[in-house]
Parts: sequence; C-alpha cells; structure tokens
Amino acid sequence: MALVLDEEQTMLAQTAGAFMRESSPISRFRALRDSSEERGYSLDVYKQMAELGWTAIPFSEADGGMGMGLAGLVIVTEAMGRGLAPEPLIPSIAMAGQALSLAGSADQKSTWLAPAIEGEKVLALAYAERGQRYDLRDIALGATDKDGGYELSGEKTLVLGGQCADAFVVAARTAGKGGDADGITLLLVPADAAGVSTERQQRADCQNSAILKLEGVKLGADAVIGKAGEGHGVLCDVVDRATVALCGEMLGGMNEAFDRTLDYLKERKQFDTVIGTFQALKHRAARMYIELELARSVVMAAARAIDDGADNAKVLVSIAKAKLSDAYALITNEAVQMHGGIGMTDEHDIGFFMKRARGCEMTFGDAAYHRDRFASLSGY
Amino acid sequence: MTDLESFRAEVRGFLEESAPESIRGWVNQDGYWGGKNPELPHPDAKRWCDIMAERGWTCPTWPKEYGGGGLDKVQAKVLDQELGRLKLPPPLTGFGLSMIGPTLLQFGTEEQKQEHIPKIIRGEIRWCQGYSEPNAGSDLASLQAQAVIDGDEITLNGQKIWTSYGDKSDWMFVLTRTDNNVKKQQGITFLLIDMEQPGVEVRPIKLISGASPFCETFFDNAKASTGNIINGLNGGWTVAKALLGHERNMIGNVFGGGGPRGERRGPPRNPLAELGREYLGEQDGRIADQVLRDRISQVSVDHQAFLLTMQRNNDNLKAGHRPGPESSIFKIYGTELNQRREELMLSIRGPQSVGWEGPGFEEAETTQTKAWLRSRGNTIEGGTSEVQLNIIAKRVLELPE
Ligand SMILES: Cc1cc2nc3c(=O)[nH]c(=O)nc-3n(C[C@H](O)[C@H](O)[C@H](O)COP(=O)(O)OP(=O)(O)OC[C@H]3O[C@@H](n4cnc5c(N)ncnc54)[C@H](O)[C@@H]3O)c2cc1C
Repeated sequence: MALVLDEEQTMLAQTAGAFMRESSPISRFRALRDSSEERGYSLDVYKQMAELGWTAIPFSEADGGMGMGLAGLVIVTEAMGRGLAPEPLIPSIAMAGQALSLAGSADQKSTWLAPAIEGEKVLALAYAERGQRYDLRDIALGATDKDGGYELSGEKTLVLGGQCADAFVVAARTAGKGGDADGITLLLVPADAAGVSTERQQRADCQNSAILKLEGVKLGADAVIGKAGEGHGVLCDVVDRATVALCGEMLGGMNEAFDRTLDYLKERKQFDTVIGTFQALKHRAARMYIELELARSVVMAAARAIDDGADNAKVLVSIAKAKLSDAYALITNEAVQMHGGIGMTDEHDIGFFMKRARGCEMTFGDAAYHRDRFASLSGY
Repeated sequence: MTDLESFRAEVRGFLEESAPESIRGWVNQDGYWGGKNPELPHPDAKRWCDIMAERGWTCPTWPKEYGGGGLDKVQAKVLDQELGRLKLPPPLTGFGLSMIGPTLLQFGTEEQKQEHIPKIIRGEIRWCQGYSEPNAGSDLASLQAQAVIDGDEITLNGQKIWTSYGDKSDWMFVLTRTDNNVKKQQGITFLLIDMEQPGVEVRPIKLISGASPFCETFFDNAKASTGNIINGLNGGWTVAKALLGHERNMIGNVFGGGGPRGERRGPPRNPLAELGREYLGEQDGRIADQVLRDRISQVSVDHQAFLLTMQRNNDNLKAGHRPGPESSIFKIYGTELNQRREELMLSIRGPQSVGWEGPGFEEAETTQTKAWLRSRGNTIEGGTSEVQLNIIAKRVLELPE
C-alpha cells in the first residue's frame, strides 16, 4: 500500500485539476447559489465529468467501471473540492452507485448502475432521518409488507443530491425498531413512482440536499437491494466509502482555502509591510501546512485500505474523517481570521470554504463520532 | 529462490545462530551507545553489537569500504524484519550513527571517512554534539568558541553548553568561530575533536527530571588537528545545517515513532489504551472515563496520521520524487505528540503521578513522571519548535522576512 500516486493516478490528478480550474471557478459556484434554478448544479459539467470517465472510476470492470478504486475517486473529489463543485458525483457514484455495485442484482445494475456510470442517470442514497445524528442503526422509516412487496411511508432528510435524482436507494426498516442493526432493508425507489416527492433544502454551505417524502409508495419484491433485513452492513460499507470520497473533497477545499490565504498573506499590507512578515501569522500558517500534510496521508491511506480490503480499513476511515473534520475547520477558521474584515463579507469567496468545512464535518460523522468509533474498533 | 529470498534466508540463519539468546526480547528505551568505556544496559549489549558490526549491520546501508553493510534499502528492510522476528534490539545507537556518520559520508574527505566511519560502525567511539553556547542557542550562527590555526594544529578556547552525554563521550563534533570579520555564517568551522585531553573539561548539569544527561563543556587551549576540519576552513555552516537535518529526522522518528523496536512489532497495541484500562477501569468493554477515552483517541489518531505521513514521505523518496514535507514537520509534530502522550499518561495515572520516589508509588509511575519532565525538552533540543516553524514559513511557504 504505497502512499504515492502511480502514473495513471498522476495523470488523472493533472487532468482533473485542469478541468476543474477551467470549468469550475468559484464564480460558478456563486452563480449557482444565487440562481433560483432547482437543480443546483450544471448538467453540462456533470456530463463532461462522465465523459472524462470520472463516474466510472471506482467501479470494477465487470460493473462497467474503470477499476481505479477509491484511490482514484479521491483524486477527482479533491479537484472538485477546490472549486466547491456541486455536481452529484459523491451522491450518485460514491453513495447510491456503491450500494448497487456492492449488493445490487444484475437487473438493478443494468437498469440503474450502468446509466449512472454513463452519467445518464443520477442516483441518491436516502438514509438520514431527523434526529438520527450519525449512527446508521437509527433508521425508523417503515416499509410494510404489501402484496408480496412493500409499501413505504415517511420522510428522509439531508438526501445528498436528492433534489433531482432519477432514483433513490432508501434505507427502510422492515423489522425491529430504530437502533437495531437487523431489520434494515435497502430499497430501490424510482423518483417517478407514485407517492414520491422531494423538496430542495437550503443549506449554509449551499450544497445540494433534499427532503424525500414517501407517501404510500408501493414497491415490488425486486426493489430490495441485497437481502431484506440485512441492509445495515451494506449501508455501513457504502457510507465508509462515501466518507473517504468526501474526505477527498475536504482535502481539496482545505488546500484551496490555504493557498488563497497564503496569497493574501503575501499581498495585504499593514504597518507598511505585507502581513505575511508577522511571525504570529507565519507560525499559524506553518501549523496549517503540517495539518494539510497529515490530512493528505490519511486520505490516501484510507482509500487504499478499502481498495485492498485491508483488515484495518474501517479504522483508517475513522482516522481520516476525524483528522479531516478538525483540519478543514481549523484551516478555514484561520483563513477567515487572516483575511480580516473582508473575510466576513459575502462578497469575498473565502467564507464559502468555512461553511463547506462545517457541512462536511456534519456529514457521515464528525470528529468526535469517529474518534469514538476508532476507540471501539481498537477495542477500548 | 530470488536473490532477496536467499538473502532473507542467509540473514535468518545468521541471526538464529549468532544472536545471543539472552538479548532476544530485551526492550530498552535508551539502547547501547558504545564508546571507549561503554555502559552496558544489558550484559550482552556489547557482544551483540560486535556480532552485528562484524558484518557492518550496525549501519546496514553504509558503504562496505568503510565497514558498513552495503545493503540497499530493500535488503535493509529485510534485515529489520528478521531482527523483529527474533525480537532483537537494535545493536547500536548514538550520535555517531544518527548524526556525524551520515554527515561525514556526505562531506568528509576519503581520509576522514577511513579514519572515523569504521569506528562509528563498530561502536568504538561515542560522539557528542558541541553546537550550543550560553549565548548562541536558536541563533546558533552567533557562536563564539574560538579556533585558531597554527600550521597543522588548532587551538580551541570557549564554552559549549547543553552537550548531551558530554561526560560519556570520546569525541565531539564542534562548531567553532574562525573568522570574526565576515557574515556570521561564513566564519564558522566544523571540527572533530578528541575529548580526552587536558584542555577539555566537562561538567554535568542536572535536568528537571533529576537526571544529568547533558553538560557544560569548557575548552582551555584544547588541541585538534587541521585534518579534522570538515568541509574546509570557514565552510562549517553548510555542514552544520545538513547535520541538523539528520538530527531532526532522528528526533522526529524517535519521539513520533512507535517507541523502541520491541513495541513496534507484532499485533498493534495501544499503550495509552492499556494504561487507561488499568487506571480508569472498563465499562461494557470501554474505558470507563469518557473524557480521557476521547483524549486517548485524539493522541492515537494523530499518532497514526503522523506515522502515515512518515510512510508517505519514505514512499515518495523511494519512488524518486523530490523529498516531501521538510524534516521540520517531523521534528515539530513528533516531539509535540510525545509531549501530549506523556501528559496524557500523567492524567490517566491521576494522583499516582505526583510521586518522585519512595513509598506509595510504583517505579513505573515515578519513571513515567520523570519521562514527562524530560519530554518537555523535546521541543527545545535540536532547534526549538518556534525555529522549525520559522523554517517552514520561510522555505516551504516562502513567506517574506
Ligand atoms: C534536552 C536537551 C538536550 C540538548 N542537547 C544538545 C546537544 O547535545 N548539543 C548542543 O549543542 N545543544 C544541545 N541542546 C541545546 C538546544 O539545541 C538549545 O537549547 C536550543 O537550540 C535553544 O537554544 P536556547 O536554549 O539558547 O534557547 P533560546 O534560543 O534562548 O530560546 C528561548 C525561546 O525563544 C524562542 N526563540 C528564539 N529565537 C526565536 C525566533 N527567531 N523566533 C521565535 N522564537 C524564538 C525559542 O523558541 C525559545 O522558546 C539541548 C537542549 C536540550 C533541552
């Protein structure tokens, strides 16, 4: 598990960086935020990402993917994180797509995964419920047996990329009660099924998520992904993968915020000198740099551990999310502070990164949650 | 069998046959330092060192011509793995191995290497570092110990301070002032000097931890030969900086690493968690104190992140990429981690950590309290954390002065 980029990955990093710089400056993110358009991202840019092969990266060749694993996927999510790109690569590919790839039937794969890999369809994973925090056993939304299939009613929240997905992978409870690992079932729900509706959410970080409303939605037995009642394990594996992909995004965001701050330190003058000459700021910048280096190492290690099926993969995922959550928050807090008053204005871009840092932190478990999980996995 | 497999078989055979049975599984933080009058932390420590030195395996990757092992990195790793398999401790440690040796290999003349490297490899000479002076610490280049050259002979006057193990060392590598009329960095000469002579006096200084590992060193017309100037007259600053790089790596590795070899091997274990279980108790398989449990995780997660960053750095070098993060990163983070670990152990032991010696306290407790005190020096020795941050700000981030 060498922690270096190979030739193929180096090339991917170069093309991904170039494409995002070209097509996704922060001004694009700002314009999307200010537009009233429901989608919240550019279908055109997403199609181009698919043409570049990004939507195929983590999947096996058998599934029609490129077999570059999470180690490849984090390279593009990092590039996207630099530009705060809101395209639904993580929701459709690292979340719902992963669920289908890990547990879906041949039929489900050809109907939904294949077009998702092509970038023709966009999928979303609906697991979060109000009050759930981060424990994936806390699923209450009920699916009742009906005519050999299921009937679903209830509400999911914070469905990433859910505002205009073509289908949802919904984690529902078919047995037991909230808090039980057993009895959770993953169900495939097309967005156009009767009783399905979504409502876009307005978030502080201006990324895309939605409330998914399910009112008496009827599904056949073939909607089950994997085995009924045994969805919890798949869900955990999927969320671990998505966590690593998100850590890639966070790595990109914190590097961008840091670079912008470093530029500002070299350009802003006070007391007749650039503020970057002040040791109080230099030392803090140097400490941020150390955190950036550590962050990169843990993301690379976690991605490779999952790809290799390593025993300690879950431990490394928690190390990564704990470190990245703290580091992104630290660096963006400092970034705003070092910009002074201008950093507090909506007009300036640096604040976007601070908001996004918190959005990422509260997704898939914050630092405290992952330290707790690290401790439990380590046997104490 | 591939070359590497046969090499492994050879190493394994050699170690199984030659390594003293008594030293297997011996774990010691300090290790064996060698020297003319070596201290023996284990009765077979010197024997074990001699056995390995015979093959050059005290310095496995150093060139054969000077008595080193001549191994490449992959072979050295195999040797390391085989040592671990038999739970064998490193045969030798010290500033010869970690600091002056690598520096001499880089800057020494052929004659100087022939003279000094074999003795380092065999652990015959123990070295100490004469950099700091009472008025030259962080601002090292302002040092004043005067060296005057007359023919082949050098006469040295002045004082060094904080000389670690000065009282136990045979030779010193020392920074001297040889020109007062140029920019301060340009008038420094890097010199090797024999400490066993009337002109050198060493006085131990007691540390807050109660131990006395470092000293004041006084030179009163001490003598050295011009053959022991490294990199020429007034060419010392370049050498001094290169050596500091080796020193930082060493300190970062030691303190941020997994501790002595015995602990790094085998199934991963977390000494902090073990201590937590012992002193704080368990509830449903978890350490009972939630706050300290989280602090254990904070330090452990950061420790893993640090080790992975060291690994990434090594992987990058192996792949032929430019050296990754500056050695300063490892110095700062490794030493601060060690301090956090030591402080956390005090917190975990709670009231039992206030002991110094005597009744009511176990030896492990008082030893650890002293280790905590000693750890406060980690962010001072080898260039303070503040100085390392300055280096990162300047060299890596290119922030203006
Ligand atoms: C345990 C131990 C072992 C040692 N072993 C050796 C040895 O074997 N050989 C040897 O030669 N030396 C040794 N040293 C000395 C060590 O290298 C010096 O103590 C160190 O370089 C700091 O110098 P100083 O003590 O004079 O502190 P000062 O330089 O006086 O520093 C005092 C404070 O000011 C800060 N400071 C200084 N300059 C700056 C700046 N430009 N910007 C911001 N802050 C600054 C420092 O970070 C520190 O916090 C050892 C020290 C210790 C503690």
